[in-house]
Amino acid sequence: MTLAEALPASGAAPAPETVLRVEGLCVSARTEQGLKPLVQDLSFDLRKGETLAIAGESGSGKSITSLAIMGLLPQPAVRVTGGSIRFGQQDLTALSESALRQVRGDRIAMIFQEPMTSLNPVMTVGAQLSEAIRAHAPVGRTEARRRAIEALRAVRLSEPERRMGQYPHELSGGMRQRVMIAMALALRPEVLIADEPTTALDVTVQREVLDLLRDLQARLGTAIILITHDMGVVAEMANRVIVMQQGRQVETASTEDIFGRPQAAYTQALLAAVPRLGQGSARAPVTGEPIARLSDVVVRYPLRGGLLGRITHNVHAVDHVSFDIRKGETFALVGESGCGKSTIAKALVGLAPHQGRIEIGGQAMQGLDPAGMKAMRRRVQMVFQDPMAALNPRMKVGELIAEPLVIHDIGDAASQRARAADLMARVGLEASHLDRYPHEFSGGQRQRICIARALALQPDLIIADESVSALDVSVQARVLDLLRALQSEFGMSYLFISHDMAVVDNISDRVAVMFLGQIVEMGTRAQIFGNPQHPYTRRLIEAVPIPDPRLKRLSRPRDASEVPSPVHRPGHEPARVILRDIGDGHLVGTSVG
Amino acid sequence: MAAYLIRRLIQSALILLGVSFITFFLLFVLPADPVRQIAGRSATAETVENIRQQLGLDKPFIVQYGRYLGALLQGDMGRSYLQKTEVADLILSRLPATLLLMLGAIACELVLGLTMGIIAALWRGRALDQTLMVTSFVTVSAPQFVVSLLLLYVFAVKLGWFPIGGYGTFAHLVLPAVTLGILGSGWYSRMMRSSMIDVLRADYIRTARAKGLTRARIVLRHALPNAILPVIAMIGIDIGIFMGGIVVVESVFGWPGIGQLAWQAIQRVDIPIIMGVTLVSAFAIVLGNLLADLIAPLIDPRIRLR
Repeated sequence: MTLAEALPASGAAPAPETVLRVEGLCVSARTEQGLKPLVQDLSFDLRKGETLAIAGESGSGKSITSLAIMGLLPQPAVRVTGGSIRFGQQDLTALSESALRQVRGDRIAMIFQEPMTSLNPVMTVGAQLSEAIRAHAPVGRTEARRRAIEALRAVRLSEPERRMGQYPHELSGGMRQRVMIAMALALRPEVLIADEPTTALDVTVQREVLDLLRDLQARLGTAIILITHDMGVVAEMANRVIVMQQGRQVETASTEDIFGRPQAAYTQALLAAVPRLGQGSARAPVTGEPIARLSDVVVRYPLRGGLLGRITHNVHAVDHVSFDIRKGETFALVGESGCGKSTIAKALVGLAPHQGRIEIGGQAMQGLDPAGMKAMRRRVQMVFQDPMAALNPRMKVGELIAEPLVIHDIGDAASQRARAADLMARVGLEASHLDRYPHEFSGGQRQRICIARALALQPDLIIADESVSALDVSVQARVLDLLRALQSEFGMSYLFISHDMAVVDNISDRVAVMFLGQIVEMGTRAQIFGNPQHPYTRRLIEAVPIPDPRLKRLSRPRDASEVPSPVHRPGHEPARVILRDIGDGHLVGTSVG
Repeated sequence: MAAYLIRRLIQSALILLGVSFITFFLLFVLPADPVRQIAGRSATAETVENIRQQLGLDKPFIVQYGRYLGALLQGDMGRSYLQKTEVADLILSRLPATLLLMLGAIACELVLGLTMGIIAALWRGRALDQTLMVTSFVTVSAPQFVVSLLLLYVFAVKLGWFPIGGYGTFAHLVLPAVTLGILGSGWYSRMMRSSMIDVLRADYIRTARAKGLTRARIVLRHALPNAILPVIAMIGIDIGIFMGGIVVVESVFGWPGIGQLAWQAIQRVDIPIIMGVTLVSAFAIVLGNLLADLIAPLIDPRIRLR
């Protein structure tokens, strides 16, 4: 059997057979307070060749369900406490470990969220693939290798023979996820569980991987369980949807019905919170003074080598970037990983060595003494992606919020505490919770704490670097509302850095699109999203999955080319992008060599 | 790679230069007088002064150090004050014994330490894990002379399985090597355990399980090569700790290595020997670290030397 072999086309057949039946599944975790239910009374059928999405926010039990099916629950702490998972003649919950091992990887396979960490870093791609094949098929090395190469070819990976000898770190994220898919589908399993398969990928790569999964499914007839939080992915991929919340099945219906006629209040709220392209609130253009001004900013990181440690290459992280952020404006930087958007944020707070000129409030950053630099830092504050990592777990929330005041020596202890309490209230938290520690708050609340801390110094500019990316959509929507409300109250500017086009469309006034360290297009929100000119901008917008199954896109021609490298030899200047005004300040880039 | 090696060797030479300077300085400011040791208690002040001049010990520090370094660069480590032989010859004659003991001890350390660490990680939180970790704690905190004397008493004196001391056969090697091995194994087992626990939580181990691999294959093929990486760096550092332990253990077991030589030389303030042994030990440590760094990329292809 080979991956390339086509299945007989199915005509208007009767309802396809059920391959997996979950009945009354309960999974519980053992805690100090006794058994805590993680999944309660979950039932569904999975039919041959269909895609069933299990959607929900964090803590909904969707990943636990997939691990339960695979028999990969972290036992004995978490275990199945009721119900059955029928797969053919077997009940997977009752199988011994060795019997389960026969099923895993052979008849039910799984791909995971993090392609960067899901492959063993010290084994070649070929060894990991062949091993998966030889674990179940009684074949020799040569035959396993032949099948592995064929599997790599099936996932449209270029130069499959060479890939076999490469290690995971030599491949990009998208390529690694293809390897994972090749590994999962090499033995043609009846069921594929894809747990957030594209969440860690850039949006254009996500598009390619989703297309690939759909094509392979059509060819192999695999039934897919798609675990995701992204309603856009659900709409594009699934036939049926189960919506889960806190371990319970809230609603089960066809994809059309879930999006068209959601029954449960939770489903309705979830769908309402999903950011969509083209729903940005039209706001009068902001015409204030520029609060931050970047002219020809260049950031390069040298790579050293050789006997004397000379610079052999430079990473061109940011190349000749110029833009203004006006007072009271939300300026968004979008682009995929490695495009240099976070490096610009670092340069703006003086944390990245740069050439060119950066002005904050009319004052240049170059040549400032440490005291001047400290004063300048007061005017720019940051909110990061992962609030848990950004808050010292051993400090109380009150201390964390007041710390900028302590550093800049503003007021006495009593007034600092009063200010912290005031800020807590401003961001929608209880002022009485000042003496709690970060772990006592939820993810969204922690991000509010980070925002309160950024507000403490009344900055002119807040840099929000992927600040809502790690949050569930319903929480994300509320944090975005908070950011908007705070802006109209205090009048500060935001530099909003994000890879999520829909979120950017919702919050920003002006947008700059970055690619390989350079801005390729810049303009108002309406210009960029309504009339995208640069091919890369178009590709980004088109790649965003749309949470509406009626707008399912047909397969478009794929651009499987890899992103070129930003690493250059010293003295070598990459092609500069020259921005040209096509009217009303809409700048579009053209490359000149 | 060649550039990396050359740079590392230059760095190593600088480290050895620093070690030679510091050791020489410490011996210079030491209140013990080597000339008194040579001349004996009954010698006249004149004799003492003569010897001092002969050895050049009346010169200022910088001149003495300059002379020593100049000779050293020509491969001359000087002559022992008391044994009247070349230091280089003394060290060379004793180095094989020490290297043998070192290899035996490291093998012992790794076999004991890694096995205990892996087993403890796989049975984490159970009684077996706790027993092993208490054991490792005892070995880490036990003084060298206590362990060596205990082993000597039980296995040599009472049971008579091994000779009490000396050098020559495999039987002679067992007790000193096991002593050093037991003492070092505690560090390795603790490190291996925590490294292994981390690795067993990794996403790629979950992937390996999802492929339906056997537990043995997951542990040996997927977890072990990843978990052993920090341990390899440890071996390089360990040689330093080992050089300290060898002085005591060689003396207890009468093992004719450079540790014993150093011990005798320190008692008699025989400066050229102390200098020579210190430099050879420092060289071993530097070399051990270099080897550890060169081995790491063979296991983990992500590590690039530059």
